[in-house]
Amino acid sequence: MHQKSVAEISAALHAGETSSRELTDALLARIEQLEPRLNSLITVTAEQARAAADAADERLRAGEAGPLTGVPLVHKDIFCTDGVATTCGSRMLEPFRAPYDATVVRRLADAGAVMLGKANMDEFAMGSSNETSYFGPVRNPWDLEAVPGGSSGGAAAAVAARLAPAATGTDTGGSIRQPAALSGVCGLKPTYGRVSRYGMVAFASSLDQAGPLARTAEDLALLLGGMAGLDERDSTSVDHVVPDYSEALNRSIKGLRVGVPAEFFGEGLDADVRSRVNAALEVLEGEGAELVEVSLPSMELALPAYYVIAPAEASSNLARFDGVRFGYRCAEPQSIEDLYKRSRGEGFGDEVKRRILVGTYALSAGYYDAYYGKAQQVRRLVADDFRNALEEVDVLAGPTSPTPAFDLGERADDPVQMYLSDIYTLGVNLAGLPGLSVPAGFARGRPVGLQLIGGYFDEARLLNVAHKYQQLTDWHRQVPQGFE
Amino acid sequence: MAIEAKEVEAIAHLARIQVDDGAVAGYARDLSGILDFVEQMSTVDTQGVEPMAHPWDAAQRLRPDEVTEPSRRDHYQAGVPAVEAGLYLVPRVVE
Repeated sequence: MHQKSVAEISAALHAGETSSRELTDALLARIEQLEPRLNSLITVTAEQARAAADAADERLRAGEAGPLTGVPLVHKDIFCTDGVATTCGSRMLEPFRAPYDATVVRRLADAGAVMLGKANMDEFAMGSSNETSYFGPVRNPWDLEAVPGGSSGGAAAAVAARLAPAATGTDTGGSIRQPAALSGVCGLKPTYGRVSRYGMVAFASSLDQAGPLARTAEDLALLLGGMAGLDERDSTSVDHVVPDYSEALNRSIKGLRVGVPAEFFGEGLDADVRSRVNAALEVLEGEGAELVEVSLPSMELALPAYYVIAPAEASSNLARFDGVRFGYRCAEPQSIEDLYKRSRGEGFGDEVKRRILVGTYALSAGYYDAYYGKAQQVRRLVADDFRNALEEVDVLAGPTSPTPAFDLGERADDPVQMYLSDIYTLGVNLAGLPGLSVPAGFARGRPVGLQLIGGYFDEARLLNVAHKYQQLTDWHRQVPQGFE
Repeated sequence: MAIEAKEVEAIAHLARIQVDDGAVAGYARDLSGILDFVEQMSTVDTQGVEPMAHPWDAAQRLRPDEVTEPSRRDHYQAGVPAVEAGLYLVPRVVE
């Protein structure tokens, strides 16, 4: 049963072939057995899960169930969950129990989904390897010496290891798509504003977006349907109709114009990743899609612009963690300044401090125009590149990340090397577009992702293309050794 | 762009983050590396380009100025570092 997708589980539940309780118990037992190898979850909510599963079974019996009723999943530990630890991977929030649910959590719970636990992540979602978590690194199920990617590394690893059929994640510069690629699962970052950010611990507010991870595009469609939509509590959530994402999955992609950005295949792209992605593009071509070379000339500036904008917004957002109103407080503060400084100095890890310092510098008097102002102008150029390219083609396609998963510790000492892992994903966040990663094979035994990028609110088309690709390939049906 | 130890200390003060003396050199090196890297932006001419603050260049959505939430202060203050009579306790700020 743990091998089944969300869609298969949903069908089995509705047909009465199994119960949510049976499934939940089986997955909790599996978590207990296998989780020590991975460290993918920070909190397991077994008791609550069983109660939610029983309630879901009641709804199924009463004929009041939807497609997500009784489906188990894990939430990235960045989403507030009422009464449950919400650590954001940080010592700063280790003592924090959220007093309310994030809208994403609330909507999925209302749909009857069953939370099994909270997934490990890079501290405050700052990282590309899950190594910055205060709760320790996560291991990649495909190779326990490799990182799972980040920042939604625990979510991706849990789904890949079949501890849960699905997970929620957040993506500020690639934090859903890159770990999905490195861990061999599907991940979707929706259009900015598609999903509410209410109750999601803020990193960079003009870039952050929540989305689902699962093993199939079909499942992403079901989950996005449960997450998306206007929320009065998030003033940046967009009032745009939520379509039935499952409806368009099987549409033919004959004649679909797929733009292949030359800049995604340049220097720095691993040769084995390149050949896997090219093979995936040929599969789409074989289905009648037309490959068109396009150019995103400002793309090489996306990474530097991102590493000004994201830290600048973070330095402002994380000012709230001051040791006064929630979370960690240093022992015996001597003055208010000492309270602030030591609570933050001791509560935040290295990468978070590094980014707050970069952001503070970029926003400080005398440097604002040279860094933050300049980065916002470059952001416009990057967004215009995507806009222009997407006038010529229906979707863009390329690698999700330039290399397969790297070894634990390999890039831990060099922040800029680590940042390069998101070189193909973060431009999408600067523009606010939707992007999806789908498993496209293996390079030296580690998974490779194909990234699809669409126009604003064109998630249905990305899901359609990914679903077609998965019908013609079986990468998503392969199971990491030891997690069968 | 080389960041000196003194600058790290100044930025850390602005950010209200205690950085131990032993860690200052490491941050100076990392920050210099990151700022060198983002310096690439200066290779492009952005004269006249409108800065982009947000994916939607739209005005913030407003709602009627009405109370919509009940008072849940006790609930929100459960688990707070130090609270008394509904107030957050901090070291003396006025001598």
